[in-house]
Parts: sequence; C-alpha cells; structure tokens
Amino acid sequence: MSAATLQRLVVIGNGMAPGRALERLFETSPGIYAVTIFNAEPRVNYDRIMLSPVLAGEKTFDEIVIHGDGWYIEHNVMLYKGMKVVKIDRAARTVTAENGTTAEYDKLIIATGSQPIIIPVPGHNLAGVLTYRDLDDVHAMLLVAKSRGNAVVIGGGLLGLEAAAGLRDQGMNVTVVHLMPTLMERQLDPTAGHLLRKAIESRGINVVTKANTKAILGEKRVCAVLLEDGTEIPADLVVMAVGIRPNAALAKDAGITVNRGIVVDATMHTSDPDVFAVGECAEAFGQAYGLVAPLYEMANVVAAQLSGDKGAAFAPSATATKLKVTGIHLFSAGDFADGADREEVVFRDAARGVYERIVLKDNKVIGIVLYGDVADGAWFFDLLRRGTDITAMRDTLIFGPTVQAGAAMDPSAAVAALADDAEICGCNGIPKGKICKAITDKKLKSLAEVRAHTKASASCGTCTGLVEKLLHLQLGDAYHPSASQAMCTCTTLSHDDVRRLIVAKELKSIPALMQSLEWKSSGGCAKCRPALNYYLLATWPGEYVDDNQSRYINERVHANIQRDGTYSVVPRMWGGMTTANELRAIADVVDKFAIPAVKVTGGQRIDMLGIKKEDLPAVWSDLNAAGLVSGHAYGKALRTVKTCVGKEWCRFGTQDSTGLGVRIEKFMWGSWTPAKVKMAVSGCPRNCAEATCKDVGVICVDSGYDIVFAGAAGLDIKGTEALGHVATQDDALEVIVALVQLYREQGRYLERIYKWAARVGIDTIRKQIMEDVERRKALFERFVYAQKFSQEDPWAQRAAGKDAHEFRPLADLTPLQAAE
Amino acid sequence: MNAHALVRPAAVWRDVGAVTDVPLRGARVVKTPAGCVAVFRTSEDTIFALHDRCPHKGGPLSQGIVHGTSVTCPLHNWVINLGTGKAEGADEGSVPTVAAEVRDGRIWLSLSELR
Ligand code: SRM
Ligand SMILES: Cc1cc2nc3c(=O)[nH]c(=O)nc-3n(C[C@H](O)[C@H](O)[C@H](O)COP(=O)(O)OP(=O)(O)OC[C@H]3O[C@@H](n4cnc5c(N)ncnc54)[C@H](O)[C@@H]3O)c2cc1C
Ligand code: SF4
Ligand code: FES
Repeated sequence: MSAATLQRLVVIGNGMAPGRALERLFETSPGIYAVTIFNAEPRVNYDRIMLSPVLAGEKTFDEIVIHGDGWYIEHNVMLYKGMKVVKIDRAARTVTAENGTTAEYDKLIIATGSQPIIIPVPGHNLAGVLTYRDLDDVHAMLLVAKSRGNAVVIGGGLLGLEAAAGLRDQGMNVTVVHLMPTLMERQLDPTAGHLLRKAIESRGINVVTKANTKAILGEKRVCAVLLEDGTEIPADLVVMAVGIRPNAALAKDAGITVNRGIVVDATMHTSDPDVFAVGECAEAFGQAYGLVAPLYEMANVVAAQLSGDKGAAFAPSATATKLKVTGIHLFSAGDFADGADREEVVFRDAARGVYERIVLKDNKVIGIVLYGDVADGAWFFDLLRRGTDITAMRDTLIFGPTVQAGAAMDPSAAVAALADDAEICGCNGIPKGKICKAITDKKLKSLAEVRAHTKASASCGTCTGLVEKLLHLQLGDAYHPSASQAMCTCTTLSHDDVRRLIVAKELKSIPALMQSLEWKSSGGCAKCRPALNYYLLATWPGEYVDDNQSRYINERVHANIQRDGTYSVVPRMWGGMTTANELRAIADVVDKFAIPAVKVTGGQRIDMLGIKKEDLPAVWSDLNAAGLVSGHAYGKALRTVKTCVGKEWCRFGTQDSTGLGVRIEKFMWGSWTPAKVKMAVSGCPRNCAEATCKDVGVICVDSGYDIVFAGAAGLDIKGTEALGHVATQDDALEVIVALVQLYREQGRYLERIYKWAARVGIDTIRKQIMEDVERRKALFERFVYAQKFSQEDPWAQRAAGKDAHEFRPLADLTPLQAAE
Repeated sequence: MNAHALVRPAAVWRDVGAVTDVPLRGARVVKTPAGCVAVFRTSEDTIFALHDRCPHKGGPLSQGIVHGTSVTCPLHNWVINLGTGKAEGADEGSVPTVAAEVRDGRIWLSLSELR
C-alpha cells in the first residue's frame, strides 16, 4: 500500500493512553493510517506506573518499557523523541514542534497527559525541588539519594507515599508532610489511613499530618522545609506530590474547548471533529481521570472510532486504587463516603493487621476499603462494577468468596492474641501464661477455681471478663462465661475488658483501639466514644491527645447546655470561699452580658444561667481577669469540695476544715474521672458540709481526720462508708488522692464512686488504700503525674482563642438576607 | 455527596464556608432568617445540613456527638439520621434537611427550602 493512500494520524504525547490506542488500532485495522508521534520525553512509551519500583531499585527502566524502538519500526510509526509540540494550527491541519518540525494531519490525537501541581510557596523553584512524573524525575531523585541525606515529600497521597518509600529504600532519611489528618484520605477511610500511617512509620519514614507548607528554605539549593506552625524540617531533596492538572494549554491555545481538561464527548472527540483527546488530559462527563484503567478504556474507544466504529463510546466506571509499596497491602474502590441510605460491614482481624470495610447501598456494593489483606479485592470490585445484588450473601459477604456461612468471628480473638507475659490481673500481677497454665495443669473449670489458685481477678475484679475469656479459650464450649455486658453494639467487649486491654496491648488512640479490639463499626458511636476517650486519657496522661469530638457538648465547650440552647457558667469558689473582688467581677459580667439569671448552687458556688454561646469566651475572659477559673460544673471531673467554716470561726470546729477543703480542691481540680466527683470536709461530726453523703468526705475530729467515701444523695440516697482515720492533713490528702486515682483506673465510664465501690468491694478498696502503703503511694504519684497535663484552666485557653470555631457560627446570613 | 433534586434556582445557593472550617465529626451553625441550620461533617468528610432543632424538644443538634451518619442530641440523646432528618430507633419525629453541596472544598447550602 502506498503511503499516499494512507490517512495521516498525528499523536501529541507518547504516554500509556495513546500507546494503548495505537496498539488496538494496529491490531484491528492495520494499514489505514500513517502515524507520527511527537513526544516531549526523549524516549519510547513506558509503563509510568512502574516508576516507583524503578525508584525503589526493584526494577530497571528496560523492564518497564511497553513499546521498544522495534515496535515503532514494525508499525511504520515516525516517533519524534524529545520534541515538544508548541502549536496546533487547525485551519492548516498541522502541528509544530519547538524546533520547527511540522507535520500535517487528517486526524489528530492529543494525549499530553497531565502536569504535577507545584504549590507556589516561596522557594518552590530552588534546586533540589522536584515533582514525580517521569523517568527524569526518578533519575534526579536517585542522584540526590546517593548523598543519603534528608528528603521531604510534600503530599501523603499515592504518589507521595510511593516516592517516600522509594527514597527510604535508597537510604534517605524521609519525612512525609501531609495537609490532611490522615494519609491518602481520598482513597482510604480514616481507619485504614491510620493503619497505613503506622505501616509507613514502621519503615522509618516520618509522617507529619495536618501540616501546611509555608516555605521552602535555601540559598540556591533547598536546605529545609518550613511549616505553617514554625517547624523546620531539614531537606536536601523536596518532592512535591500534591496532585496533577490536565495538560490542556496546547489545546486551549488552538481554540479547542477546554474546561479542567480537554472536553471530549463519549466518542472521545473534542470540539473539533478531527481531533481526539485521550488520557489524563481529557475530561469526559465532567471528570478528568488519573488512573490507567479508565484511560485504557478511552484508548479503546479512540481506536474503534479511528477504525470506523462510530458507535464505540466511553462509559465511566469505578476505579480501584492500590499502593505499590512492597509489604503494604491496600485496596480501595468506589464511594465510601457516609450517606444516610448506606450501610457498612466492617471486619477487623487485629492479629493479622486486617481491616475491611464494605459500603452497601440498596443491597449493592458501592465502596470498598481493604487494608492488610487485599486478596478479595478483585472479587468485591467485581460485585461493585456489576452492581450485583448481595442480599443472599449479606451475612457472609465480608468473609469473601471462599468462606461460607458458619465461619463467624471468634469474640475471644483479642484475648487469644495477647502474649503469654501480658498482664491480665493488675492487682496481683498475674500474666496470661500463668493463668492458662493453671487452667490446664490443675484442670480448673470455673472462675472461682481460677481465683482460688492464681488470685487472678480475686481483688478488684475488673479483669473478670478477661479471665473468663481465657477459661473459654482453654476449655472451649465446655465453659460458658457469665455474659458480661458489652459496652455498646460496636463491640462484644465489656468496659472492664476494654480498660484492661488498653493497658495490656498499649493502645494509645481511638483508631488503634478500634482496630486492635476489632470494633464492629468504622468509627464507634455516641456511647463508646466518650468512654474510650476517657479511658485513654486516664491511662496515658501526657501521651494521649484528647478527642474533642468524642466528648459531650458540655465538656467540649466547658459550660452546661440549657434547655433553650443557652449555657450556664459556674466558676470555682475554692471550698466555697469567695471575696468581694470575685463577687464584683461576677456582678459586672452579669451586667455586661445581660445574663438573665444568677443562682447560688447546691454546691456552694454561683451559677450564671442563660448565656449565649458566642458570649462564652468573653465572659470567661472577664472572669479570668478576676482570678476565677472553670468550676467544671459540666464535667465528668472533680466538681465541688464543700466545706464548713471549721476551726477558724465555729465554736465546735476541731480542725481547719475550710483550709483542707480548699487544699484538696486546688490539688485535684482539672482531673477527669469516670463520673463526677463531689467531696466535702466538715469541721466536726455535726457535719454541716454534708460530708457523709458525698463521693468522698472528711469529718474532722480532735485526733485528726475520718475519711469516708461511696455516699450518694442524688438518684440514690446512701450514707458513706468508712475508709480510715489519719492524723495529719498531708495523710488525708494522700489517702483521698489515692482513692480517687484507684477509681479513675478502675471505674467504668459514668459509674459513680458508690457504684464502683459496691462492685469492687468496700473492703478490697479499704485494704488497697489504707493497708498497702506502697500501693497508695504509687497511686498518689500517678495522680500527681496526670495532673501535670490537666491543671490548665480550660476557660483561659478558650478565652485566648482555643477551639474558636466552637463559639462562632460558620456563617451568619441573617443581615444579608434581610436586606434582599 | 448527598443527592438532591436537580432543578433549583441558582440564586438561593449560598457559600457558607470551607469544609475544613467544620471540625471532623463535628458541626457548625449557620444563622439564617428562618432560624439556625446545623452543618455537619462526618469522619468521611461528607457534609449534611439540618435545621438545628431536635424533633423532640428543640435541642440544638449542632451541639451533639456525630457518629457515622447520625448525631445524638445533646439534651436527651435522641439519635437523628443526618441524611433523612428522621429520629432513629424507637423515637419518632423528624427535622427538615437542607440541601448541601461541596464545590471545590466550599460548602454551599440551598436556602430556598428555608423560606
Ligand atoms: C446547679 C445545681 C443545682 C443548683 O442550682 O444548686 C445542679 C444542676 C444540675 N445538676 Fe445537680 N446540680 C447541683 C447540685 C447537685 C447536688 C448537690 C451537691 O452537689 O452537693 C446533687 C446531689 C449529689 C450528687 O451529685 O449525687 C446533684 C445531683 C445531680 C444528679 C444525680 C447524680 C447521681 O448520680 O445520682 C444529676 C444527673 C446526672 O449527673 O446524671 C445532676 C445533674 C445536674 C445538671 C448538670 C443537669 C444536666 O445534666 O444538665 C444540672 C446542670 C444545671 C446547670 O446548667 O448549671 N445533678 N446535683 C447544683 C450545682 C452544684 C455545683 O456548684 O456544681
Ligand atoms: C509514579 C507514578 C505512579 C503511578 N501509579 C499508578 C498506579 O499505580 N495505577 C494507576 O492506574 N495509575 C498510576 N499512575 C498514573 C498513570 O501513570 C497515568 O494515569 C498514565 O500514565 C497517564 O497516561 P497518559 O497517556 O494520559 O499521560 P502520560 O503517561 O503522562 O503521557 C503524556 C506524555 O505526553 C508528553 N507531552 C506532554 N505535552 C506534550 C507536548 N506539548 N508535546 C509532546 N509531548 C508532550 C509528556 O512528556 C508525556 O510523556 C502513576 C503515575 C506516576 C507518575
Ligand atoms: S462543722 Fe461543726 S464546727 Fe463546723 S459549722 Fe458545722 S457544726 Fe460548726
Ligand atoms: S431535645 Fe433532642 S433529645 Fe430532647
């Protein structure tokens, strides 16, 4: 066939998409076109997605070439390597390259791909700042990597993480800086993002999230990255992997319709009937694509259209993402955003580090997140793409294609996974191995027998649930644990199990806990989240970061919500004492903010009611100025320490009850507890401060201090129990603090002291606090340590601007609208 | 995101702020002449908007705990579905939803329903 009879097809760009289109075209309709390709990159078509293995040193460039030079010769293709097209003349039907080379076309394919986005921060054009798109970028990175210096990757998405892993493999010290709270947030839900972060960190890569890059520092070469919060991270190499933008300028200049990408219809034609666009530069159905699968489908359509099949059409379909980092397995596809009409099925296997979440809508799979085990990814993805109705396999869906009904999860798995030396009974220091051994060796069959032989769970009893699970593990169905109540429907574990496992497995965040204990929901519920937040806070002071969104509104904004949505504010009045100055400040605040009600509470202090939420920070600021701080009237925390006037004034007073009360309150304020804690100190047994119905009370007597606890005067009425007698104020403080700390460590969330004491045993508590001096001192120390992180006035922090978003409306449309 | 009717007068859509202005698993309030609207952001970054009045006794839903696609009312713990505005479980009642859309990281509310 003579060249003159052939139609002239010109292709701009020689990436994966046009490569596939030409392959198809030569297969189905050889000999129709004479093809000319211009490629800005000076090389043949290669598998761009395999650049990461090249960077990591796992593959060579030769191994990722798709079409070698021979292929172009075989198909009579004129490939201009390293020639960038700068002009399309649609009237003359020519394209012209930078060096002036011009080619005429009958049909034109624009396949210019996309460009990495460069954030225009100061220093972005310094030497050593790279993007990650082609082989030249990889070569440049490998060159710098020889120095084994520091690399910073900006962007914790797919590309950024692959670059980070590759650079780490090349011996660099790598930090990933990511704007969002979790990695790959576009492809993963927060739980999977958290697991991924752990896996990335375990390879020695630093991860900084919620980090906004402010500038890149350096004279000629980059030397550091500066974050918005002032952190400076040293860098010999900066890789920006923050996203891509379709490369559409050339088409736009030629007058072809361009939106975000080059606009094409389903047949891949642009606004010019002789011009196609394909690949990442094209925008079909309002969307530009960044993964190969849909681009290949586009390519097939272009090939079919060019061979005369006018019916061929592109239909967008779901895409799936995998991360190509050796050893990390994740798969995500479809849409896993929340929706009212959606349901989720979650499976976690903590021992294997597996998290799987399938999102369903109308009994069809619409979203998939798999982490740790992606073997079933293809199967789920197939269900998604086909829109298969899964009603029939609903119950076993999550177990994948091979598992049939009956393979239910073992609720004891979390306990089974504990190491033999993991401590089960904290009171008596008994590890798991010892209990299991006793059960087998001594043929123990019941909880009572285990208690008798090992002392495990014989003291405070909070580990009962765990010991029962061990019995179940050892004896199988021969043992039926007394059903301990699950915390909520998100788990089969009880409050006590969870508390114990937090310690035993060193769980330090809500996502880590939910994964490790195989939570059945992806994010918990309003019942378990506040409890978990408290348990973690109490167990890991200084380490655990409080999760505001897991707190009830009162604790989140440090005021009490009222029935009409306004708030009340109760400042501390230490031991019920106040001054003219404080009272004046309160009066002024009431006037200034037109506070509708002021009341003396039952807790010896003053309540200002009906304050607008927006006013709270200003109210606090004024109160702070007079030395008044939060009274935590809203918190599961230390509330009041009521006192009477005592020895200072009262004719019957035996000790300085007011002084002791103030001292206790000043020592203990700010500490979070399972439920509220109220105390009182009375100066003599007449008990004017009502100490004998409090959570903890002190009755002063001539010889010292009688300490009582576990009283109630709310929903239940109950006199206190005696804890013990001590001679000095110092001892009284130590005993009370130790008692509250024990409660902080053992109490179930929302369980008042009197209920905890009834469950654990008054005698047990008394022994641990009054007789075991070493233990008492240790409890005291732990409380003191935790206080380091909690004795900061939450009002002052907020008056200074913390959580400002809580107190301001997102937008106020009232004046604007009213003016319309 | 949320599915809505496609026909609507363009003028009543209003940009009320950035998605990131609303805390993850939290809510913010938008004041309108017809009362407050609570704008919620779930852990998956989905945005929902509802009238900020619990169907039970008018509690401000914006102040509740957000979990999954529900919010628990801060006053008496009714659980309200963010997508439908309906009370979940045994409780009965519902609160009007407001159409919300995210465009380029900004939240747009349809205020036509509020008149
Ligand atoms: C303001 C005050 C009433 C007053 O005007 O005197 C009050 C007001 C409330 N009490 Fe109380 N209690 C107040 C003293 C008491 C007392 C007496 C005391 O502290 O000496 C008791 C009995 C002792 C006790 O704590 O049990 C008391 C037993 C309760 C209970 C029942 C607790 C229980 O476990 O039995 C609740 C309900 C709860 O916590 O779940 C409660 C709950 C409440 C709440 C927080 C209701 C709520 O959840 O919104 C009220 C908040 C009003 C507000 O916004 O300020 N309040 N409440 C008192 C504040 C004291 C302070 O200065 O902090
Ligand atoms: C490191 C990395 C990892 C990836 N991993 C995956 C993955 O795991 N899975 C997945 O599906 N996708 C992945 N991708 C994305 C995938 O590689 C792209 O979607 C795909 O290669 C795009 O193909 P394309 O043909 O549209 O554009 P490209 O492959 O970008 O090709 C465009 C070509 O056009 C040339 N060009 C541009 N302008 C001109 C001009 N004016 N004149 C001449 N030539 C020009 C460019 O130099 C370039 O060679 C990855 C991408 C990278 C960079
Ligand atoms: S406690 Fe005793 S001393 Fe103090 S006021 Fe009451 S009765 Fe008087
Ligand atoms: S007002 Fe919402 S639950 Fe009562």
